[in-house]
Amino acid sequence: MKILVTVKRVIDYNVKARVKADNSDVDLANTKMALNPFCEIAVEEAIRLKESGAATEVVVVSIGPKACQEQIRTSLALGADRGIQIETDTMPESLNVAKLLAKVVEVEQPGLIIMGKQAIDSDNNQTGQMLAALLDIPQGTFASKVELVDEKVHVTREVDGGLQTVALNMPAIVTTDLRLNEPRYASLPNIMKAKRKPLAVQTPEDLGVQMKTHTQLVKVEAPTERKAGIKVNSIEELIEKLQNEAKVI
Amino acid sequence: MQGLIALLEQRVLKKFKGSFMSEYNHPYKDVDFVIKEIVEFDSFCQNAGLEDINSEFASVILNEAAKLGSEVIAPLNTTGDSQGSSLKDNKVQQADGFSEAYQQYMENGWSSLTAEEEFGGQNLPNLFGTAINEVWQSANLAFSLCPMLTQGAISAIKHHGSDSLKQTWLPNMIGGQWTGTMNLTEPDAGTDLAAIKTKAVPNDDHYLISGQKIFITWGDHQMTENVVHLVLARLPDAPAGVKGISLFVVPKFLLDEQGNTTSQLNDVHCTALEHKLGIHASPTCSMSFGDNGGAIGYIVGEAHKGLSYMFTMMNHARQDVGLQGLAISERSYQQALEYAKERLQGTNKDGSRFSIIKFPDVRRMLMQMKASIEAMRALAYVASNETDKSRYAKTAEDKAKHFSRVELYTPIVKGWLTELAQEITYLGTQINGGMGFIEETGSAQHYRDARILTIYEGTTGIQALDLVGRKTLFDKGEQLTQLLSEIEQTSVDLKQYPQLTQLAVSLENAVKTGQEARSWLLDNAQTDKSAAGSVSVNFMMMFGYICGAWMMAKSAIKSQQKIDSGEGESEFFKAKLVTAQFYFDHLLPRIQTNMAIIQAGSDSIMSLPEDQF
Repeated sequence: MKILVTVKRVIDYNVKARVKADNSDVDLANTKMALNPFCEIAVEEAIRLKESGAATEVVVVSIGPKACQEQIRTSLALGADRGIQIETDTMPESLNVAKLLAKVVEVEQPGLIIMGKQAIDSDNNQTGQMLAALLDIPQGTFASKVELVDEKVHVTREVDGGLQTVALNMPAIVTTDLRLNEPRYASLPNIMKAKRKPLAVQTPEDLGVQMKTHTQLVKVEAPTERKAGIKVNSIEELIEKLQNEAKVI
Repeated sequence: MQGLIALLEQRVLKKFKGSFMSEYNHPYKDVDFVIKEIVEFDSFCQNAGLEDINSEFASVILNEAAKLGSEVIAPLNTTGDSQGSSLKDNKVQQADGFSEAYQQYMENGWSSLTAEEEFGGQNLPNLFGTAINEVWQSANLAFSLCPMLTQGAISAIKHHGSDSLKQTWLPNMIGGQWTGTMNLTEPDAGTDLAAIKTKAVPNDDHYLISGQKIFITWGDHQMTENVVHLVLARLPDAPAGVKGISLFVVPKFLLDEQGNTTSQLNDVHCTALEHKLGIHASPTCSMSFGDNGGAIGYIVGEAHKGLSYMFTMMNHARQDVGLQGLAISERSYQQALEYAKERLQGTNKDGSRFSIIKFPDVRRMLMQMKASIEAMRALAYVASNETDKSRYAKTAEDKAKHFSRVELYTPIVKGWLTELAQEITYLGTQINGGMGFIEETGSAQHYRDARILTIYEGTTGIQALDLVGRKTLFDKGEQLTQLLSEIEQTSVDLKQYPQLTQLAVSLENAVKTGQEARSWLLDNAQTDKSAAGSVSVNFMMMFGYICGAWMMAKSAIKSQQKIDSGEGESEFFKAKLVTAQFYFDHLLPRIQTNMAIIQAGSDSIMSLPEDQF
């Protein structure tokens, strides 16, 4: 069985994000970038499935400018077998990503598609779901456990009320939650080997996908700085403040 | 709501990745800048014909090493310090967590970085080794000594051992399954190794070793299945003095026919651990060889050449300790900077409070730390790359040229960087105020850990003697002249940038001062036998400051070019310019003091009779 894993290049989780002076976006110029942590968990899960003998090949795909090859190489260093970069000038929005991925799935015919549940930059949490809809295949989102049982994939999902386990026909989409696994560090020999693993570059045109704009980024603002707390003298004052200042009740 | 959850999860993620505890972040921007712009690593790789290796690949590898360093190894720094290691039944137990961290270090293949491919190494340039050792050393100096000593032992066997010795010992040492030690010092033989008494007696295909060794770093531990000791000892027929010392491999556990570790202990064990000022988690062992008839050992290379074999590793080992000076300074700076930004000790007119980083004197200390560290890093990396340049040189002449530069840089890198580290870790503690004197902040540990650096692998005095003696008087100052003329060229380059003319003048004057000091030494060493030794440390520190200024000048040129072309992050390059200016304002003037002291010569140092002390 082949596993397709999607990976995204995002701002490193250790870096404090800065907003551009004109509030048009987050300033990413010369900022440290990294593999999206949820994607890293997806790569790890795929590699574990391969190591257990359940999968035969792990293919990673990323969409973006040439720089995202770095994240593909990182995934290859972790143990994926080959990479596909779909070259775009900017990071496309989720629906375009899902459409591009749908084409890749058509070509690659994976038995399982593992994706991060969301990217820590835009926090949309929608690409996996969109891809499932476009392909009309089952999805198991927010996975904290993935098991292959007979011809199905059992996905334990983290839902508000606790854990829910679903059995999905394959091919299926799994989106990873934080507690699915703890990703390994890439070893030096594997980083060396990753340099020679195949990495194919395609364009949206190659895949016959026309990129459309569905949303517009209007404004980005830094969160307001947290103010110091105050002590209230009575319950009445507290309720008054909650009603009129915080406007939460 | 989703955003909030994601934020919370990122925090959880951070915590689970350990970065809240690590307190060490790899200074990737500066490292990247030094590798790309100061070392000019990409053009080196092209000239050397190294395919697939470039600064981008260096950054990929460093990124992975930095993850392991900051998330796994750095969090053990504090526990290692407070717990130390212990000795029970002749076995050394390392601090908690070290064994697991070492396993990860080994499994991820870091021990094989620069070693030869033939024995399982990755054969990457020396510069990679330096940049990555900085990570381990900043993360946890005590931990990093174990791999560092192993690298030294590997290098000794690789350069001087027979083929069968290499086949037997190298693969597992390079793979990290076995660690290595260096057994040189004895109670009566420290700096003066000629006094070594440990004996080696031929017996069949091996030797029986007996004697006492002290100060053996990581001489024993339970992290790996075997420990390979390299031991200096005398054969029965050995001539007296330094020409009668041979080098032996002595394993902790004996090997079977196939070369695998058995459970049979060799006749060597740790008898005591030292109580030390710093690097507590690094066990400093007294080792006893041959209490029960003799430890089995195998000779490395030829008899009586042990000490010269040790010298071939000296440049590397000494530069590595210099690098530790940089690494501990970086760690101390990160800690102090965080404190300076958080510590509220000033009050605005409106009653709100501000942090101490707003005070000019705190700024002065932070700038001094920052400027020193950037100069140190550039010099350490440039010096490290000289080894690569010598190795990959296309002509014998080129090879010799770069090797001579390695030789010249070594005492400066070791001496100057480790001396500066004392001052920087002192400032780190000073910025913390009273809290710096309290162990819990971590600042005090860096200050204590740094203290060994000017002592081991040849004290500052020894480095300085090396610089004035073997590296200057021996070749009549030829190497220094070449270095100074290269620095002078940079001062000419600086003049092309109107913003940098002030630096150009200062650098030009610094070169003149360096030339004067060189001439003074060459003139006075002839007539006064105490002259060289008396002025040596000031001489070495002066050349450290001049080399540092050279690095800062180069960094100013590159930064100005980037600003002019609008390429990259201008804030970073502007900060580089300010830092270079600070270095020239605050650190470079010290060479005037050095010069005045040099010119005072040996009179007031040596004229007092011994009985007046």
